Amino acid sequence: MNELVVALAIGVLTGSGVWLLLRPRTFQVVIGLSLLSYAVNLFIVAMGNLRVDAAPIVQAGAGADPAAFADPLPQALVLTAIVISFAMTALLLVVLLVARGLAGTDHVDGREPEA
Amino acid sequence: MSDDTLLIALLALPFAGAAGALFFPANARNAEAWLAGAIALAALLVAAQFYPDVARAEVLRSEFRWLPELGLGFTLRMDGFAWLFAVLVTGIGFLVVLYARYYMSPQDPVPRFFSFFLAFMGAMLGVVLAGNLIQLVFFWELTSLFSFLLIGYWHHNAAARDGARMALVVTSAGGLCLFAGALLVGRIAGSYDLDRVLAAGDLIRAHELYLPALVLVLLGALTKSAQFPFHFWLPHAMAAPTPVSAYLHSAAMVKLGVFLMARLWPVLAGTDAWIWIVGVAGLCSFVLGAYAAIFQHDLKGLLAYSTISHLGLITLLLGLNSPLAAVAAIFHTMNHATFKASLFMAAGVIDHETGTRDIRRLSGLARFMPITATLAMVAAAAMAGVPLLNGFLSKEMFFAQALAVEGPSQSMDRALPYLVTVAAAFSVAYSLRFIREVFFGPAPVDLPRAPHEPPRWMRFPIEALVLACVVVGLFPAATVGPLLDLAARAALGPATPEYSLALWHGFNLPLAMSVLALAGGVGVYRLLKTQLARGVERTPFLPPIDARAVFDRVLAAVSRRWPRALEAAVGTNRLQPQLRWLAVLAVVAALGPLYRHGLAFGEGASPDVDPALAIAWVVGAACAIGAAWQAKFHRLVALVLAGGAGLVTCVTFVWFSAPDLALTQLLVEIVTTVLILLGLRWLPQRIPFAWTWAGARAAAPRRLRDLAIAVAAGGGLATLAYAVMTRPLPETVSRYFVTQAYPAGGGTNVVNVILVDFRGFDTLGEITVLGAVGLVVYALLRRFRPARESLDAPPQQRKQSAATAADDVLVPGVIMRLMFPVIGVLALYLLLRGHNLPGGGFVAGLTMAVALILQYMAGGTRWAEARLDIQPVRLIGAGLLIAAATGAGAWVVARPFLAALAVDVELPLVGKLQLPSVFVFDVGVFALVVGATALVLVALAHQSVRSHRAPQQP
Repeated sequence: MNELVVALAIGVLTGSGVWLLLRPRTFQVVIGLSLLSYAVNLFIVAMGNLRVDAAPIVQAGAGADPAAFADPLPQALVLTAIVISFAMTALLLVVLLVARGLAGTDHVDGREPEA
Repeated sequence: MSDDTLLIALLALPFAGAAGALFFPANARNAEAWLAGAIALAALLVAAQFYPDVARAEVLRSEFRWLPELGLGFTLRMDGFAWLFAVLVTGIGFLVVLYARYYMSPQDPVPRFFSFFLAFMGAMLGVVLAGNLIQLVFFWELTSLFSFLLIGYWHHNAAARDGARMALVVTSAGGLCLFAGALLVGRIAGSYDLDRVLAAGDLIRAHELYLPALVLVLLGALTKSAQFPFHFWLPHAMAAPTPVSAYLHSAAMVKLGVFLMARLWPVLAGTDAWIWIVGVAGLCSFVLGAYAAIFQHDLKGLLAYSTISHLGLITLLLGLNSPLAAVAAIFHTMNHATFKASLFMAAGVIDHETGTRDIRRLSGLARFMPITATLAMVAAAAMAGVPLLNGFLSKEMFFAQALAVEGPSQSMDRALPYLVTVAAAFSVAYSLRFIREVFFGPAPVDLPRAPHEPPRWMRFPIEALVLACVVVGLFPAATVGPLLDLAARAALGPATPEYSLALWHGFNLPLAMSVLALAGGVGVYRLLKTQLARGVERTPFLPPIDARAVFDRVLAAVSRRWPRALEAAVGTNRLQPQLRWLAVLAVVAALGPLYRHGLAFGEGASPDVDPALAIAWVVGAACAIGAAWQAKFHRLVALVLAGGAGLVTCVTFVWFSAPDLALTQLLVEIVTTVLILLGLRWLPQRIPFAWTWAGARAAAPRRLRDLAIAVAAGGGLATLAYAVMTRPLPETVSRYFVTQAYPAGGGTNVVNVILVDFRGFDTLGEITVLGAVGLVVYALLRRFRPARESLDAPPQQRKQSAATAADDVLVPGVIMRLMFPVIGVLALYLLLRGHNLPGGGFVAGLTMAVALILQYMAGGTRWAEARLDIQPVRLIGAGLLIAAATGAGAWVVARPFLAALAVDVELPLVGKLQLPSVFVFDVGVFALVVGATALVLVALAHQSVRSHRAPQQP
């Protein structure tokens, strides 16, 4: 039932992330995006097979048996995704700091809502 | 010269002239007129060259490859019908240029006028000569565009601007409909080529898309020809200079709609839908236009409504579904072009020489400008359908057809002859009014200028056209007969009927209708004379609909109110609705396939649950929910909790055999946390307000809605993930990667081999993004202006004294400094082993960046920069260059970009070393990651130094 645990984890991370994404303050959105990216990364890795003790590190020389290893492709994709989401978090953080400096508010629309 | 060259020359001449005309000085009235006249005359002569060919009923085609994949060529096609229009366009164009030379005042910037004029002529020729539908639509829209520019020529005049805009909106909207219609027709016929479309008439009429195609094409034709209910733009277009009105609004552009209907007559006509739409639009325009023309006080307004009416007559003829009527339509098109252009020019002469076009102020001009008056009278008589003139002949044919019509509705068939006789009487009435009130009666008083005859050559175009009216009227068979014959044969194909062009057909019903219309017209005019003299301001008996007000209101709705409402609903001004839509759409998009194919879980779940993993995720879930809960008021807490969720994710990666991911995740986690910690300082303080029932109740619907979306998204993704994880894994490309990692990639860490070798190009793109982000952050922060309330040192910092602050971090600071070489070596180690064991350029780069930022944290920015000389921008550049150069190096040995190579290097002490190119690539990745990460961190860290400087100055 490890699959269920991971699935629930993905669900909770996604839910928290989406909830924060819909909040009005920029910091909430940054944290939300970061939670959402954990969820998506886990989800993509889960699209391969979840294997314990089967890191995709083959023996030199010998012909490797694909069935003996965790799927390396989602891992490569997610590695890229982690780095890109790091870059995007950095960019977003700086954009929100600059926007806060220019607009004088940390509301996502750059101005406080009316009334 | 070959026909190909001639055809191209015919089309290219006006455009070349238009380009050339722009280079003349603003006051070069004569030079411009010479150029434009020469171009128009040359085009006319070129067109005339084709007469022997088209007279043999040949179709000349000249094709150029354009987009063969789409079945589109640039095709010029000349047959009798196109030839007739080409001659009309160039011939009347020449006369109008001559006229315009005298009409335009020396103050007008003539280069612009003649340039647009010639370009318009070229666009007209483009439509007429188009050999495929797409090309036709293209030039069609071009005529709308140049007509806009010409109507708005006096752009200092608000009426000209409004009229131009109205004409453009109406005709180009129609043009877009025509485009859609042409696409449909082309799709049904299987080709856009005109010849193939014309041959596919039966197929098109029987097709289920016939009606939409017909309606769209007719929307284009009817808007262009100012037919009811789209007629309203034409009177407003009269703000144009009179040569433009004479050319565009009588002879050329408004005839395009008629041209198109006649061109596609063999394909689209012959059905009840055609007769209803075309016939009714034509009849309404014919009757209402003639009626409204009687009550116009502006000479050009009268002519504009008369044009609507005559075009209605032509449209009605085309709509009768009879080949003979179509011949009459073509004939009347030619006749109308001659008499209406001359009348417009005469109106222009009157305006030019008296200073007004108001019929109520004009009177008795015949004694001041007898020649012009005579010419205008003859032309107006042709317009009214007086015998011995060309208008009479085509009107007779029209009456005969109105009598012979056999449409889908018996009562309509019976009513038609009466209706058209009444409308013909109206046209006699307004023609009579024009002549009677402008040229006869007492001498005019109080005119802006003393009236006199125009210059000799300004009158010449009118003379030429009026002469044509008379000659055609007297000897139709000898003069215009062959031309009409070849045009009709080309347009109608095998359906061309026998007809006779003669002045006298005996005493018959059409003649009686003519006499009745003439007598009735005189009667109507006498009846209305006194009323008209009093100056009625609007047309009686018609509902007082101001077409312009309606148009303005529609335009305001379409261009302002609706977009604003739409923008308010789905615009990008507010982020939250957008993100909400995005989340909802994602859920809906996932539900779609689930609804169609159902959801099934597999059997592959592991039998029991690992308690450690479960406990880790209880913590992880609590962290995630806690972060979501606290992110508003307790940012630091939320950051720590989010980091906790990240660590559990990292642990999960280790658990499920993804060591590379775990390493990267861990390091990214560290760097992100440091980054956000540096940023927190610049966010506004948020103090929790007292919780109230009222506040909670007001926010409840919003929160519940967002909660529902969040739960739906989370639940959906969890379900999907579970469904996928329990199913067997299908065969994927992973098999190739695992088996080939060592033999082909030379590494045992499959993930790293994929990144730097198999999918190296992706990685190159990714590090480029990373470098770009670093630079963007740097650029944004260079001009960073923190909010005023963030400028002061935060309360926590103010509590510390400068002396104890250093002591507080003394021990951690020493440890951090000592760690620098250790972490550096670790980074190098991770880099070196990356190809075979977990590690690699990304991880190593992040580690190195952590080592650097630790020094900033331990000693402060100034301390760190006094001792470390990091050049992040250079590192980024160097990394990118190394990676790209490694890729390009493969070209040297004629391998594709980024192909992996191995070079043997002989090093002293170490000995022989195999240096794979992918390692060099990974070094590039390493350098770039260090550079970009350090750039971002250092730029953010610098803010505290910079902003402290300003306020602390005493």
